[in-house]
Amino acid sequence: MTVELEVAGGWLTVCPLSALVPGRGVAVLLPDGSQAAVFLDRAGRPYAIGNQDPFTGAHVLSRGLVGRAQGRPFVASPLLKQRFDLESGRCLDDEEVAVRTYRVRTAPAP
Amino acid sequence: MTVPEPLPAIVLIGHGMVGQRYLEALAERGATATHRITVLCEEPRPAYDRVHLTSYFSGRTPEDLSLTPAGFMERHGIELRLDDPAEHVDTAARTVTARSGRVVPYDVLVLATGSHPFVPPVPGRDAPGCFVYRTIEDLLAIEEYAKTRSSGAVVGGGLLGLEAAGALQGLGLATRVVEFAPRLMPAQVDEGGGAALLRTIESMGLTVHTGVGTQEVLTGQDGSVCGMSLSDGSTVETGLVVFSAGVRPRDQLARAAGLAVGERGGITVDARCRTSDPRVYAIGECAQAVDGRVYGLVAPGYEMAETAAEDLLGREKEFTGADLSTKLKLLGVDVASFGDAHGTAEGSLDVVWSDSRSGVYKKLVVSPEGVLLGGVLVGDADAYGLLRPLTGSVPPVAPERLVLPAGAGAPVALGPSSLPDTAVICSCHNVTKKAVTACATLAEVKKCTKAGTGCGSCLKVIGQLLPAAAGQGLCGCFPYTRAELYEIVRTRRLASYRDILDGHGSEEARGGDGCEVCKPAVGSIIASLAPALGASGYVLDGEQAALQDTNDHFLANLQRNGSYSVVPRVPGGEITPDKLIVIGEVARDFGLYTKITGGQRIDLFGARVDQLPRIWARLVDAGFESGHAYGKALRTVKSCVGQTWCRYGVQDSVRMAIDLELRYRGLRAPHKLKSAVSGCARECAEAQSKDFGVIATASGWNLYVGGNGGAVPRHADLLAQDLSDAELVRLVDRFLMFYIRTADRLERTSTWLERLEGGLDHLRDVVVHDSLGLCDELEALMADHVAHYRDEWAETLSDPERLRRFVSFVNAPGAPDPTVRFVPERDQVKPDLAVLTVGGAAR
Repeated sequence: MTVELEVAGGWLTVCPLSALVPGRGVAVLLPDGSQAAVFLDRAGRPYAIGNQDPFTGAHVLSRGLVGRAQGRPFVASPLLKQRFDLESGRCLDDEEVAVRTYRVRTAPAP
Repeated sequence: MTVPEPLPAIVLIGHGMVGQRYLEALAERGATATHRITVLCEEPRPAYDRVHLTSYFSGRTPEDLSLTPAGFMERHGIELRLDDPAEHVDTAARTVTARSGRVVPYDVLVLATGSHPFVPPVPGRDAPGCFVYRTIEDLLAIEEYAKTRSSGAVVGGGLLGLEAAGALQGLGLATRVVEFAPRLMPAQVDEGGGAALLRTIESMGLTVHTGVGTQEVLTGQDGSVCGMSLSDGSTVETGLVVFSAGVRPRDQLARAAGLAVGERGGITVDARCRTSDPRVYAIGECAQAVDGRVYGLVAPGYEMAETAAEDLLGREKEFTGADLSTKLKLLGVDVASFGDAHGTAEGSLDVVWSDSRSGVYKKLVVSPEGVLLGGVLVGDADAYGLLRPLTGSVPPVAPERLVLPAGAGAPVALGPSSLPDTAVICSCHNVTKKAVTACATLAEVKKCTKAGTGCGSCLKVIGQLLPAAAGQGLCGCFPYTRAELYEIVRTRRLASYRDILDGHGSEEARGGDGCEVCKPAVGSIIASLAPALGASGYVLDGEQAALQDTNDHFLANLQRNGSYSVVPRVPGGEITPDKLIVIGEVARDFGLYTKITGGQRIDLFGARVDQLPRIWARLVDAGFESGHAYGKALRTVKSCVGQTWCRYGVQDSVRMAIDLELRYRGLRAPHKLKSAVSGCARECAEAQSKDFGVIATASGWNLYVGGNGGAVPRHADLLAQDLSDAELVRLVDRFLMFYIRTADRLERTSTWLERLEGGLDHLRDVVVHDSLGLCDELEALMADHVAHYRDEWAETLSDPERLRRFVSFVNAPGAPDPTVRFVPERDQVKPDLAVLTVGGAAR
């Protein structure tokens, strides 16, 4: 199985599913030079959001810890620990801040 | 055709903090829908946080300071006219004329015109270079003018004067403060407090004149400020002058309109904040309250705003006075005063703790019956949050225990839980403990009660009152404390987070992903107990890897631009020239910034994730191992050179430091651990500020525990004396394992020791006299740790699978992260923050 991310040009293959550890993320370099963070939860569901932490500007969200609060999956930024909803991109600690989200899917390896 | 009855009109004059609070109070009560509201504001910007004005100089923008929520005026149909002050009030015609010429009729008029700074009538006070310190516009003007000057003076050594002085110093000016009274902050602190404050402020490089008046502002040939002559006959040079000599209520409009004013100024109001004309209210600093006082603080102003809003709606609320408690951080010095700080009540008694060395002065005023009446805290105002709500009651412990510093006597057993339900926790918004504890989270507290949104001095106590901090569980996922989880993991021999969460987590967390709070805590517990559980000691093995915080996950310290620092272990700070050269070569070859740290080692900053394995390959080859500067583990054991080299040394402190560091390296704990060994009582290694510190005596070693540098410094307590090498190591083994077993998550040994029931005596009973029969077990756990220690970086480098995660991008393993860039500074590099912009603006 591979992990695919939807970008402007269509579905981009980013890595084999086995490269993802449940509960952790990886960073992906997108064709336009921007970065996404892809995560796998314990149930094996993938999520993808922008990799840039809006509070510090650093591209580090992929290195945060994944968790679940009120049934919703989130990642906590490794820098100042704000949490971001992995499905909506909304910051759970500051409702005025959000990061972008990407559609992501797993597909059989070609 | 019928014409609808026009809505009654409210005109508010002044849009400061109190004016905005009044509008919010109306909005909360639905009165904005039933009234037509016009606000006349003199300043060019809507209400902002004047209390935190000085934070503009530490990076907050005027927008950050705004107190007016976006869209608030539109949402409530309020007309806000900026830059258009009221010039005339006609109480007979019930109209207000603004500077623009507009005439606004009112049914109800609210005066919230605030204060204006008092400028003493000295010659030269209007010269270019003279300023007041009241509005954002004032600050912008001072900032601009300061660029052309190298020195400045503040007239007035009160709260605001000292803030202004700090701001001038921050702008790079040599700064002096001239205070007419014989001490700084005469209104808030007493003589002893003023003396402590003076020492601290002078030590920061400011010049202070007390008991001296300003006679004249001197001007140069171009007419601008060049100095001041003082009442002691001296003349000082200064490039600018800021007047901060108090404020006067702005009551001119009211006077001209024929409203009653107090003898010393301030619009006279009754307990419902009505002036002598019942259709006119006055609130905040322009009003003289029914107790005859003009309050220059925001909390009473807010309460007056609420009172006037309630009265408008025909509800009963009275404002009859407020306390003058204040807490602030001046130039980095904590200052607080509350209640009857000057001990004016008859028969009142003082309890004073004063430590001139550290600039700490604490005084409590108590009645003969033991009722706490007030106090002054300078240099350490941590207790303010607890003491102020206790004012008016008899504290549950003796007053001297409330002022003694931690470690200098019996630990203070008083926590926020001992406060009565009726204790006021947030005095800005008058919120009781009961209202706070009805909420579950800080966000809820702020939303439902507004507590914590004023001056912020109550936030610490609120944090302690909320359930998460009350020891009811580690986080939402576990109903157990860290110590309880440790016991569960140890006795059930659980080495899998999944098993722990699914078997012992809260109902709703089972089967889920946990959270960022419990995952690293459980990861740490498993790592500390690994040999006993039969688990792999390698923290990145299998499921363990998903638990580690970023630092542990990449075995390096994450820095602000996403790069990492690399810290090789230098046990005891002893290093050979060859190894020094290797560190230098590695840093040079990878372009890293190097710094010698307080822990006596060399940090290498600026490594990208994908460089870490190559950097460590070189270091491991040269005989270095992981310094565990990441994660919660033993950092360093610092040492002096001891008896080998030093004329005064009485033991070999270097050897002991190396032995201890190697023994406890890699030990995962609730918090990072630091240690030091000094070769004599001169204490060059600063062992008493460490979690465990050792000081040599002529006959052995003295062991100190529970010390702390950092944000809340604490001197360590002497646990045992004149120990042999073996006795010392055995005691440290027991101490550390007992701490790891019973401490809370992220709890340092210092706070743990203070929380421990029975304190130091109990600890001594357990680890020296084995009162709980635990010592064999504690020693065995440590022996396991020592026997199973392996260097994490050597292990990582030997396994290609593990190395695979050290890439910047999963889909481009060779590509470096283009946002991790550096620019030169002092012949080395620093992060290029310009590339870290969010939405176009760098944060």
